[in-house]
Amino acid sequence: MATFKDFRNSVKPNWCPGCGDFSVQAAIQRAAANVGLEPENLAVISGIGCSGRISGYINSYGLHGIHGRSLPIATGVKMANRDLTVIASGGDGDGYAIGMSHTIHAIRRNVNITYIVMDNQIYGLTKGQTSPRSATGFKTKSTPEGSIEQAIAPMEMALTAGATFVAQSFSTDLKDLTALIEAGINHDGFSLINVFSPCVTYNKINTYDWFKENLTKLSDIEGYNPHDKGMAMQTLMNHNGLVTGLIYQDTERKSYQELLNGYSESPLVDADLTLDQVHFDKLVDEFM
Amino acid sequence: MINQLSWKVGGQQGEGIESTGEIFSIALNRLGYYLYGYRHFSSRIKGGHTNNKIRVSTTQVRSISDDLDILVAFDQETIDLNYKELHEKGIIIADSKFNPKKPEDTQASMFAVPFTERATELGTSLMKNMVAVGATCAVLNLNIKVFEDVVEEIFGRKGKQVVDKNMEAIQAGFDVMKEQLSDKVELMELEKADGNKRMFMIGNDAIALGALAGGCRFMAAYPITPASDIMEYLIKKLPPVGGAVIQTEDEIAAVTMTIGANYGGVRALTASSGPGLSLKMEAIGLSGITETPLVIVDTQRGGPSTGLPTKQEQSDLMAMIYGTHGEIPKIVMAPSTVQEAFYDTAEAFNLAEEYQCPVIILSDLQLSLGKQTVEPLDYSKVEIRRGKLVTEELPEIENKGYFKRYEVTEDGVSPRTIPGTKNGIHHVTGVEHDETGKPSESALNRNAQMDKRFRKIENLKFDTPVYKNAPHEEADLLIVGFNSTRGAIEEAMARLEKDGLKVNHAHIRLIYPFPSNELLPLVQSAKKIVVVENNATGQLANMMLMNVGHAEKVTKMLKYDGNPFLPHEIHTRCKELV
Repeated sequence: MATFKDFRNSVKPNWCPGCGDFSVQAAIQRAAANVGLEPENLAVISGIGCSGRISGYINSYGLHGIHGRSLPIATGVKMANRDLTVIASGGDGDGYAIGMSHTIHAIRRNVNITYIVMDNQIYGLTKGQTSPRSATGFKTKSTPEGSIEQAIAPMEMALTAGATFVAQSFSTDLKDLTALIEAGINHDGFSLINVFSPCVTYNKINTYDWFKENLTKLSDIEGYNPHDKGMAMQTLMNHNGLVTGLIYQDTERKSYQELLNGYSESPLVDADLTLDQVHFDKLVDEFM
Repeated sequence: MINQLSWKVGGQQGEGIESTGEIFSIALNRLGYYLYGYRHFSSRIKGGHTNNKIRVSTTQVRSISDDLDILVAFDQETIDLNYKELHEKGIIIADSKFNPKKPEDTQASMFAVPFTERATELGTSLMKNMVAVGATCAVLNLNIKVFEDVVEEIFGRKGKQVVDKNMEAIQAGFDVMKEQLSDKVELMELEKADGNKRMFMIGNDAIALGALAGGCRFMAAYPITPASDIMEYLIKKLPPVGGAVIQTEDEIAAVTMTIGANYGGVRALTASSGPGLSLKMEAIGLSGITETPLVIVDTQRGGPSTGLPTKQEQSDLMAMIYGTHGEIPKIVMAPSTVQEAFYDTAEAFNLAEEYQCPVIILSDLQLSLGKQTVEPLDYSKVEIRRGKLVTEELPEIENKGYFKRYEVTEDGVSPRTIPGTKNGIHHVTGVEHDETGKPSESALNRNAQMDKRFRKIENLKFDTPVYKNAPHEEADLLIVGFNSTRGAIEEAMARLEKDGLKVNHAHIRLIYPFPSNELLPLVQSAKKIVVVENNATGQLANMMLMNVGHAEKVTKMLKYDGNPFLPHEIHTRCKELV
């Protein structure tokens, strides 16, 4: 059986020292081993940005695509081979700006994939512009007077879009994050995990210390029930979205693949590419 | 007796004009006639003039006819907009309900027939279309029994009574028209057809069936005219073979999902029209640099922007060849008949896997929506070839190395493993990469990978890159076209030959890589060349000038008003030239 070391490769990440993404990478590797995967049965599909490079730093199949499109690519991979574990990943710009439409639609489609967003509230790879997660008033190169836009609330957004698995974590909480990724992989449907992953170079506001001070663990909230959508929404609003843990899970709703009429129960990639002659003749006959 | 008939039915959109044409043409197709149907419609659901022009012939026809024998009109607008197409012996059959007025400047005769009135008497005015079909039969001296099967198929689900009523409506139309026909009007009796069974389908149906036959098991697409039929067909036909269609949130999701599925090892398709292709461009580049197979259909319509969404145009050619930033190898094919659309689409999936690059099937509105009689398709001609897809077990790679998915090879094509394959792990990225897929900015590596990618299509094997009908070693004229202009060019060519000219015809089926070697001899042996295309800048002509030269011989014949070429337009223009 593979261990987390088997999910390591020889590529040295080009992230800045201290970047939160290192821990996310480690958490994915540990979670993959913990759920019993072999490297060839995992596909990590990533977007563009610092965090998008993550698919190249994990020893598994991986595709580093185009900006904002990790989810549709991941959906295609999963549709092709339902036996694969498919993880989509990227940054907050990737998932909540250029790729926001895919995020919402992947949530409502509920294909059985796990989406990990490394949320640092800034554009890092382009050297420090505002992101849709930047707080109002946040000063960046593109918002020298401070952002005048409202930040997106991804967890609330996910709940209203009909998500069946919504979780949030902090990159330094490696153990909790690993457990959440495992739960996401095991969830039969789409799982969204937003991870606060501080940018040590361009974000001097939302630092490790800032998160430590401001985050509340849901496990510390007495009576919190992650199967109660109303409570999930209310709790998020009460804490301005700054909570970590499993926020909401719906175990009743079936995944897209389960609901899809006629869709092969064995991986589609193994399907016969030929038709029998009788079948073809019938198809031709319909046009006669 | 005539061997060809041109019939048009027109009215307001949403009035069942389409089904009138459908019933008429299916019945005649079954008698063994060759048909060609072309719809004129607008980008709205109800209201607005629409018509369906159907040509019936004892030989294959693939073009709209120059003139018209019979015009069936459900409103005055239909008469006013279309009567000029009628020749002097032509007939207008109009619903008496709207008190039709015959325009003064026509020799054609007109009959006001109580379509709506008779239909209402029989139960519902909806059946006025059937009355019109019956009236047509009277002019053609056609036994209405030929409609029995078709009516049964269409209305059978609604019960025997509905079927009977509809047949009664056809009979009523036949009877009332027969009474009105005086000896002065010549009946248009068609020569008997051969009675052979043939298919009658639009290009989009053939593309969709070709995909299914070619092993396509997944499609992701976003609705758009005139491409949606492809998705709608496969939504019905993929589930029985375990496959699926996802209607995506947008065009970019459609193409990237298709790339994902192809990367996953499934033959997958996306289809759209110009506006969708514009949105897909970045992803097409991803497919190019990651060498992920991808099959895309572009059914061209009038552009730019929303342009003329329901009209014919061929103006995406350059965009399909050069679209996407940067440079990638690509294959662009352009079937010219419904039959070719089937075989080419099936073959596109082989080429995509063999050359590991995007393959674009270029169609146009006239080919995609025009309905043609097709000789039964031969499934035994469809091959499945998967190129260098690794199916055997792979040896372990030492020191956690990656599989050389982008190995620099002589033919440029590298072995391809798909997720799930043990010891086949490699990275895939849109960043320039080395042989294992790891990002690399080294100049040496850049050249090696770029050259390798382009080497793939240097020796592309393609069955018929140019369709040639070239009876003359030395020709007065070479006519060149692509996609749906084929039928009109063929008819024009026949007339020019009758006029005593030596004419050759070349129809480009492989747009890129451009088949220069195939075309050059025809270009050299022609005194003059006319390139016929539905766009304003002469995109195919420009491709020819770039690749085979001989600018002094080339004349562009362009039409971009939204309508397909008619044979007489090409005939007249070519005659003027030579």
